[in-house]
Amino acid sequence: MYAQMIKSTGQGVKSLDEMEPDERAFQERINAGGKIEPKDWMPEGYRKNLIRQIGQHAHSEIVGQLPEGNWITRAPTLERKAILLAKVQDEAGHGLYLYCAAETLGVTRDDLTRDLLSGKMKYSSIFNYPTLTWADMGAVGWLVDGAAIMNQVPLQRTSYGPYARAMVRICKEESFHQRQGFDIMMKMANGTEAQRKMAQDALNRFWGPALMMFGPSDADSVHSAQSMAWKIKMNSNDELRQKFVDQTAPQAEYLGLTIPDKTCKLNAETGHYDFAQPDWDEFFDVLRGNGPCNTERLEARNKAWDDGRWVREGLLAHAAKKRSAKLAAE
Amino acid sequence: MSSPETSPYKDSEASPHGETRATEWPLWEIFIRGQHGLSHRHVGSLHAPDAEMAIKNARDVYTRRNEGVSIWAVEASDIAASSPEEKGALYEPANDKVYRHPTFFDIPDEVGAM
Ligand SMILES: [Fe+2]
Ligand SMILES: [Fe+2]
Ligand SMILES: [Fe+2]
Repeated sequence: MYAQMIKSTGQGVKSLDEMEPDERAFQERINAGGKIEPKDWMPEGYRKNLIRQIGQHAHSEIVGQLPEGNWITRAPTLERKAILLAKVQDEAGHGLYLYCAAETLGVTRDDLTRDLLSGKMKYSSIFNYPTLTWADMGAVGWLVDGAAIMNQVPLQRTSYGPYARAMVRICKEESFHQRQGFDIMMKMANGTEAQRKMAQDALNRFWGPALMMFGPSDADSVHSAQSMAWKIKMNSNDELRQKFVDQTAPQAEYLGLTIPDKTCKLNAETGHYDFAQPDWDEFFDVLRGNGPCNTERLEARNKAWDDGRWVREGLLAHAAKKRSAKLAAE
Repeated sequence: MSSPETSPYKDSEASPHGETRATEWPLWEIFIRGQHGLSHRHVGSLHAPDAEMAIKNARDVYTRRNEGVSIWAVEASDIAASSPEEKGALYEPANDKVYRHPTFFDIPDEVGAM
């Protein structure tokens, strides 16, 4: 998802009997649906995992502005431009809510930023794909935000209070994102032949990468089992992917577009859509840094950080000067 | 709320939390009062060089959809918070004064609503 392949302690889930009193009380609180707050005792693994997961999620929101930002200046109408601008600004907000949640775990904003810029921390694989035409703005909102919603809605119930609260804010805003994307797709799919082709081409390119957003099957992963016991992961990757396909396939049909997977059809027995797995070799290759836009994305973030340096330092100097002037006047 | 007194993030060059670096804007906690007469409520935090910018940033980050009509920004390091370990002792006085709750008193039905 926005946080992919998060590794936990790797030691498997302890039973309540194997835990020390502190940890047992912590786990029992989670089992009972209670929230863990910043100053509460927590296992070091829980803290570390959450920093990685929330940090990666935040980075995804921030880097995720780039593929859509690419079309702001070329939106077809002033209205579309204003809408896209508002959508991208929301994503910046999502990144900020999440950084603020991560900071409650004892990491600083600058540390997270530095680890993103150095490539040490990851962001979602989906944002390493290019946005080639205006129809991609439709496909991103519809499919990428659509997939994100699948994962974010259950995370509103996650055990870590600040993370859960950030998710509540985010989820309130996501449905605007998905609907504006679907609205673009409807327009394109019902437009001229050239526009319809563009919409189909966008779906063709984003379908596989959207399925990859959920990460490879984690049915047997010890990391996922631990994260689920801690309620920082609420559903398995396969479960969310299936839900996404079940929701999206009929929408594609409504648009008169074809999902680029001949096996994708409703299975009368299971009541779910069958579908083919995306290309997992490609997924791992993108994670290793070899996607079409990895270099460009990181370069853009590094440039923004470097170019913004004089603003950060200048405003800090100005604030210090104002403070001392005020002190002198007192 | 922010700032637990914990060790920094192990694998990075983090300074202990609460101690901002010379180059990092301080952390502000943001409180917003909505339209319907309720008190200011904590909504999250953000970084800003000073109070004025904290309020401007809070407008962009936390009120993009008319969520508020008043913003408070408080520097996180200025907030004093109770610690979870004291939970028992701190709230004990409230626990043993059950007579503060109206349900402590049995009022006969004939008296009517009270
Ligand atoms: Fe988002
Ligand atoms: Fe998003
Ligand atoms: Fe979004």
